[in-house]
Amino acid sequence: MAYVLRRLLEMIPVLLIVVAATFFLAHAVPGGPFDKDRPLPAEVKARLEQYYGLDQPLPVQLGNYVVNLAQGDLGPSIKYPGWSVREVIGSRIGVSASLGLVSLLLAVLIGVPVGVLAASRPNSWLDRVPMGFTLVGICVPSFVLGPILALIFSLGLGWLPPCGWGSAIHFVLPAATLGLITAAPLARLTRGSLMEVRSLDYVRTARAKGVPPLRVWFVHALRNALLPVVTYLGPAAAGLVSGSFVIESLFDVPGMGRLFVTAIINRDVMLILGTTIVYAAALLFLNLAADLANAALNPKVARSR
Amino acid sequence: MSEPVVESLASESGWQRFRKDRAAVWSGWFLVTIAAVCFLSPLIAPYPYMAQDLAHSAEAPSLAHWLGTDLLGRDVLSRLLQGGMISLFVGLIATAVALAVGICYGVLAAEVGGRAEDALMRFVDIVSTLPLTLIVILCTVVFGQNMPMIFLAVGGVSWLTMARIIRNQTRELKASQFVQAAESLGQSRWGIFSRHYLPNLAGTIAVCATLTVPGVMLLEAFVSFLGLGVKAPMTSWGLMIKEGADIMEECPWLLISPSVVFALTLLSLNFLGDGLRDAFDPRSSRK
Repeated sequence: MAYVLRRLLEMIPVLLIVVAATFFLAHAVPGGPFDKDRPLPAEVKARLEQYYGLDQPLPVQLGNYVVNLAQGDLGPSIKYPGWSVREVIGSRIGVSASLGLVSLLLAVLIGVPVGVLAASRPNSWLDRVPMGFTLVGICVPSFVLGPILALIFSLGLGWLPPCGWGSAIHFVLPAATLGLITAAPLARLTRGSLMEVRSLDYVRTARAKGVPPLRVWFVHALRNALLPVVTYLGPAAAGLVSGSFVIESLFDVPGMGRLFVTAIINRDVMLILGTTIVYAAALLFLNLAADLANAALNPKVARSR
Repeated sequence: MSEPVVESLASESGWQRFRKDRAAVWSGWFLVTIAAVCFLSPLIAPYPYMAQDLAHSAEAPSLAHWLGTDLLGRDVLSRLLQGGMISLFVGLIATAVALAVGICYGVLAAEVGGRAEDALMRFVDIVSTLPLTLIVILCTVVFGQNMPMIFLAVGGVSWLTMARIIRNQTRELKASQFVQAAESLGQSRWGIFSRHYLPNLAGTIAVCATLTVPGVMLLEAFVSFLGLGVKAPMTSWGLMIKEGADIMEECPWLLISPSVVFALTLLSLNFLGDGLRDAFDPRSSRK
């Protein structure tokens, strides 16, 4: 418990640094949100900047922002008038979170069994064929796999809608793309880790004392071998985040990834800040969750705290 | 006396081991070929990469245009070579940036030791959990979409793993007898760094670098794909894939050729990196 508390407290300075860094970067973006094809009259622009507090010195703006942030207020959106950044993100985050979770689940459900299967018969076709595929999965970026899947399953076979959002069937292509990309490194990691563990003394002891082979494999070896895999879930989530930028634009999914990219293009400083903070916080929590899961699996880690 | 204690026998057999790894050797040759063709593209490309020929726009592959033409009638093969030059260039330079930062940071952390070392490594841990792609995108927007900025931004977020590995290796070296001997004979820190650490880290660095290049190239492709990287009329593989994906229904060849070349290049880099690691990394070769 004390450990969790310490980790949570540690997140505060990290998030502050992220806020400050993103704040100055976002404000350094050339071109303001009110620069349009037809320039606004100077007074109107001044009034708008005053309204959004953009006329104050940057450190003051940052201070105000952090104070508001502590109260859960991410400020007003500039490109969506009348909406707060919190509302804009709130309307999108569910889409991205559900897509991300389904993809991550899919990745684990495909990646881990494939890795186990490959490690159970090393250097046979059961190992070589799936591992060849995972290598392809690592080298084919999401923005190549996505269009290819769409080309096959929606344009070629007509089974799935090529883009859009709303019903469960729209989930399939984006989630499959993200899931398959993430499953590949998971499978390789599971295989490598199992190969290492299975030659350890304690596994041999278990086998020698007559534990049934399947029990040795799944209870003794796999539990230990999954540790690096669980640790990898944190970085994997980060990969899903960046993957979602591309996948959401490709498949026309109204999620946070697309929100971030449009915010950048629109120079919507508040929205850029808001999305970055939400992403950073989410990833920090996911990493903490991965570490806790690791401790639950491995008493050695738990005791070393 | 201060000769680097590289095991010359071991490194010789390292090359022999490497040569036996057929996948790695073929990948190496493939990469050399691709790099040569791309970097010579101003001389050997069949057409100038930005020459438009609207009379022959969006044509499927033919004898005149081996890989077809794009919507503006530009030759896809010529653009593929020019884009490859940019992608490989980014891959190499950004990796060099990442290497320089990673080596300095890793060695420094191992050298200072104690609490400062813990703090430095904790910092790496924390930063590597952050959404770095966002930072790269922000940087390219803030500092303009010029090439040096892309190198710096991409390299600037890719050094973390490198720093971690280098620090672990340096710690081992620092505790080794020959370094302690050099220290007791009064060799300067710089001397130890340049004559003992660097030669012994060389293998690790080479492997790390090879395995960093694909990640870096992916990141560049990613940023270009979102329209925030390389700017027209120049192109890169990521940008070509983006343009191809937009009109894949009508002109699939615009998507297929850059995707295939890009994926093959990444695949080769991975094979090469794995081969080098198996051959030269003391830990994996002595298994």
